[in-house]
Amino acid sequence: MHHTSTLQTSGQMALPPWRSRVLFVCLLAGFAGLLARGVYLQGINNGFLQQKGDARYGRVVTINAHRGMISDRNGEPLAISTPVDSIWASPQDVKATPKQIKKLANLLDLNAAELKRRMLNKSRDFVYLKRQLPPELAGKVAGLGIPGVSLQREYRRYYPSGDVTSQLLGVTNVDDKGQEGIELALQSRLSGKPGSQRVIKDRRGQIVEDVASLRLPKEGENVVLSLDNKIQFMAFREIRKAVEEHKAKAGSIVVLDAKTGEVLALTNWPSFNPNNRSNQEPEMKRNRVVTDMFEPGSTMKPFAIAAALDLGKIKPDSIINTEHGVYTLGGRTIHDTHPEASLSVAQVIQKSSNVGAAKIALLMQPKQFWQSLTKDGFGARTGSGFPGESAGIVRDYKKWRPIEQATMAYGNGISVTLLQLARAYTAFANSGELLPVTLFKKEGPSIGVSRFSSATAHAVKDMLEMVVRPGGTAPLAQIPGYRVAGKTGTAHKVKGGRYVDHYVASFVGMAPASNPRFIVAVMVNDPSGAAYYGGLVAAPVFRNVMGAALRQFNVPNDAPLGNVMRPDPSEFIGEDV
Amino acid sequence: MCALGVVTSQHRARKYFIALQSEKDRAQEMEVEWGQLRLELGSLALPVRVEKIASTQLRMRVPQGKQIQFVRIDSAKGVAP
Repeated sequence: MHHTSTLQTSGQMALPPWRSRVLFVCLLAGFAGLLARGVYLQGINNGFLQQKGDARYGRVVTINAHRGMISDRNGEPLAISTPVDSIWASPQDVKATPKQIKKLANLLDLNAAELKRRMLNKSRDFVYLKRQLPPELAGKVAGLGIPGVSLQREYRRYYPSGDVTSQLLGVTNVDDKGQEGIELALQSRLSGKPGSQRVIKDRRGQIVEDVASLRLPKEGENVVLSLDNKIQFMAFREIRKAVEEHKAKAGSIVVLDAKTGEVLALTNWPSFNPNNRSNQEPEMKRNRVVTDMFEPGSTMKPFAIAAALDLGKIKPDSIINTEHGVYTLGGRTIHDTHPEASLSVAQVIQKSSNVGAAKIALLMQPKQFWQSLTKDGFGARTGSGFPGESAGIVRDYKKWRPIEQATMAYGNGISVTLLQLARAYTAFANSGELLPVTLFKKEGPSIGVSRFSSATAHAVKDMLEMVVRPGGTAPLAQIPGYRVAGKTGTAHKVKGGRYVDHYVASFVGMAPASNPRFIVAVMVNDPSGAAYYGGLVAAPVFRNVMGAALRQFNVPNDAPLGNVMRPDPSEFIGEDV
Repeated sequence: MCALGVVTSQHRARKYFIALQSEKDRAQEMEVEWGQLRLELGSLALPVRVEKIASTQLRMRVPQGKQIQFVRIDSAKGVAP
């Protein structure tokens, strides 16, 4: 016992004290090292490492949101987005064999040398190789498995009705942003906002847990227009036919629901195909109905007469001295093509007498006439919200000379858009109530403003009915089985401040006249064939479109079927221009 | 015991989630397909095409005024369907 204890004691004695100290310091250093590493990892670099860790399984995925659909009033799609894939490359990472490049070039229908140059252009980080491929083709590209070449999901807009509605709808650019028309006007409503979400993915790339939603996706809203696809098509076909037949520069047509002010059709020729991005000339993209102003000519006469009737200056059967068709005022002479000694107010409309309309306009104070035109909606935008809409021009009455007031009665010296003109006629169709126009489907009833007394509106409508009867300027506007009321217009075009021998032929009308359901306004710009009168160029377009619309909507007849009376061609009444 | 419960329920939750996710993807695909079908329907039902087929293949034409008979509701009481 003692021996061993002696041994131990002597053994301890044998160890030098520095060894334990060294050991102690070593252990301390070890602990300190661990502590420092701990602080380094957990404290200083925590964020970075956490991030790295998350990156192993956590992913942020974007949730696509597509652009809303535009449809007509019956839900027929007019513009719809479908997914396509774009192929892009990151030249820094591209590793492709010449064979692969050749295959890719074949698939994308590109020149192989050119493709190679672009794919290997190291000065850039991101190159689109080809945009907007159909998903099947894009799938084949992905199947090649070339490193550095990837797909990107995009949406492409398709317009099934093509050139029929293109100017109204407008177009989107390659990034699906609205550039023109409704697409531009409603960009914020139509466009979707992609959302993003943080998720956990497993080894196979499947999402296994939904960690947090970073941003909710916002799907683009669908928009329902007031258009009717079938009427729109009829209108387009007829205006196109008329422009081609009469060798005109352009033509426009708008169809309104006379009860609600909704635009049922609105189209122009020439037009363009919105599905083909090349070959779109600005000239063809313009929505002339809304953006182009023109001097309306005689289609303005009913407004001068309604204003005078409402003020009590004339009665429907008042006789106006039409001076045998020649009337000189302020050094300028107003002519009638069909001179008469005198005409009743109704006949002034029926025969479209300029002298008669001028004299009626001069019965009013300039301010009264100006106020009336302004209340009809001329000189102000219609509130359709269409981008680039014109307000038209009605000059300040304080600067009017008497001759200007007179010519304005037959639509010279005043500029309007076709949409304004069509809208102004709603007052005659609705017992004097002027309705707001809209391009969007309406659910509730329309509230208009009272414009003329009911008696005035009915009197003018009756006069407009005489226009299409034999002896009027537009017998070609008659429709079997329906009463029609309308007015022709033929105006000289203005070039460099002077009237030239080019014309704008127009017709605005409503049917059935007993209780109007539709208003159709037609304008043909510069018909250079044999005919240029509104009654010959624009009235047949009105007849065909209105007839089709009445049948389409099953509007009951308000006249016997044998109501169409063809006048003797020698008796044709060309209106005054 | 409890820890194992957590593990299994977590695993089950993930499995269900995967199922949900794949159904969502399917819904998305169907939506895309629906859009494409609408587009196709739209282009098949274009008035231009309908008119062409009606007039050439089916030999249809627009009825003359005389061939149209309007049945008014008030005069057709009792015979309405």
